[in-house]
Amino acid sequence: MRKLKLLTTTTAFAVIAALSGAAQAAECDNKTWNKVMNRGKIVVGVKADYKPWGYRSADGKLVGMEIDMAKDVAAKMGVDVEMVPVQSSNRMQFLEQGKIDLMIATMSDRADRRKIVGIVGPNYYTSGTNLLAPDALKLTKWEQLRGKPVCGKQGAFYNQNVEKRYGAKVVAFTGNAEAKQALRDKKCIGFVYDDSSIMADLASGNWKGFGMPMPTEDDNPWALAVPKAEQNCVFGRFMSGMQYNWHRDGTLVDLEKKWGIQSTAFLGKQNEKFSDWIK
Amino acid sequence: MIEIIQQFFREIADSYPTWNFIFFYDELQWSKIVGGLWMTVKLSVVCVILSVVIGVAGAAMQGSPNKVLRKIVAGYIQFFRNTPPFVQLLFFYFALGQFTPTYSPDGWLEIPIISNVGWAIISLSFFAGAFNVEIFRAGIEAVPHSTQEAASALGFKRLQIYRYIVFPLALRVSIPALNNNLVNLVKTTTQAFVIAVPELLYQSITIWNDYPSAQNPMMVVLFISYLTLVGFVVIGMNRWDRSMRIPGYGG
Repeated sequence: MRKLKLLTTTTAFAVIAALSGAAQAAECDNKTWNKVMNRGKIVVGVKADYKPWGYRSADGKLVGMEIDMAKDVAAKMGVDVEMVPVQSSNRMQFLEQGKIDLMIATMSDRADRRKIVGIVGPNYYTSGTNLLAPDALKLTKWEQLRGKPVCGKQGAFYNQNVEKRYGAKVVAFTGNAEAKQALRDKKCIGFVYDDSSIMADLASGNWKGFGMPMPTEDDNPWALAVPKAEQNCVFGRFMSGMQYNWHRDGTLVDLEKKWGIQSTAFLGKQNEKFSDWIK
Repeated sequence: MIEIIQQFFREIADSYPTWNFIFFYDELQWSKIVGGLWMTVKLSVVCVILSVVIGVAGAAMQGSPNKVLRKIVAGYIQFFRNTPPFVQLLFFYFALGQFTPTYSPDGWLEIPIISNVGWAIISLSFFAGAFNVEIFRAGIEAVPHSTQEAASALGFKRLQIYRYIVFPLALRVSIPALNNNLVNLVKTTTQAFVIAVPELLYQSITIWNDYPSAQNPMMVVLFISYLTLVGFVVIGMNRWDRSMRIPGYGG
């Protein structure tokens, strides 16, 4: 009997301890931030197939605008940096599972995504949806896609919009390379993708006879993300500060130039908005 | 009733942000799952049938006195058994796809006569078929030579011996191994994802890309679906195995 009493009391205490522990977990424990600082290295998830934001150079290194941003983050934290290539369809899971500490991977800022990962403002970039299509087809309106096969990439939020609004048949491949190959093989009449990336492709000179004929739709800001638990803690606040300063001192405008991206009105406006009143 | 269920899952999604069973209250997502499941079932059934046919024909050709025919079958097995189905799918769709006849509905598009679904069926059937040939060959080799000689003495010709004596006995020996391979084939249909065949995995990933909050529920759907599908295959094969049993023959 006594033993039973002891058992129930210990169990009760254990439960109370567990419950109070759960209550505390809602506050900041800065686990990821501390891990990065103790380890002396930050692991950043970036794209490896999204020229010129994140791609592999001729010697196999990951380079690009977002890689430069990640390096700057590491420099300001005073730690080393390791880049891990991620895909649109696994980038949030990598962050959730702690495989990466920070994600800067051309991700559009969507309400549903905010529930899963810690997205902090101000957004560092924006892009809209457009179509890489052959000039020969003389496409001008999205409505012309009805019932036609259109190549896409798994993980892009606008695939569904193009299907719903215009009745296009989106054939979504796992990677950009497959989708573009299918377009070159004439298996679809266009590749629905980010306008900024399409512009970069067209500028590369590898797409003679192709253009970007549609009016850009769904202009959507991009977001970097920290683990959800760190959103309103040190890491999240720090990344807000990083982005704010990138806008304020014109780093992003410069990076855009460096990587040969057609300058967007968005970055100019943000730079103006955040710029220092003392020149 | 349906509204109550939908309301229930909406509330779950509100209180548990990673358990958004969106397909229970969003018609478009529901139709994606149903479409994906149907495509997976179609792929599985067609590939299972074709691969068994290929296996039977291949094993028969292996026993042929014609050396060239035997070499062809051996080459086929080496190629399909020793390369990953993933690579085969990419190779068939992107490389061979360029050489197949196409038609053009609008003067620019070149729609190949063999669609991505067609290539998936061809590739997966031949992949599993290569294994089936070996499985049936093992079964055939298990039939005692004396049995064949006895049939020969009774006046049966080579093909007749294969059809009436060797194959029926070999089939019974082969069923357990065949069972394994067909289960594998059903699971391998997910790899058709790589050439954008809209089967269950493709649709599931599409849904959780559009709604990251629906990832866990989609995983559950995937597991349950494949457990059920494979369950049907196993139950069917076991029934078949039992109905074919000859008292005193085999294990």
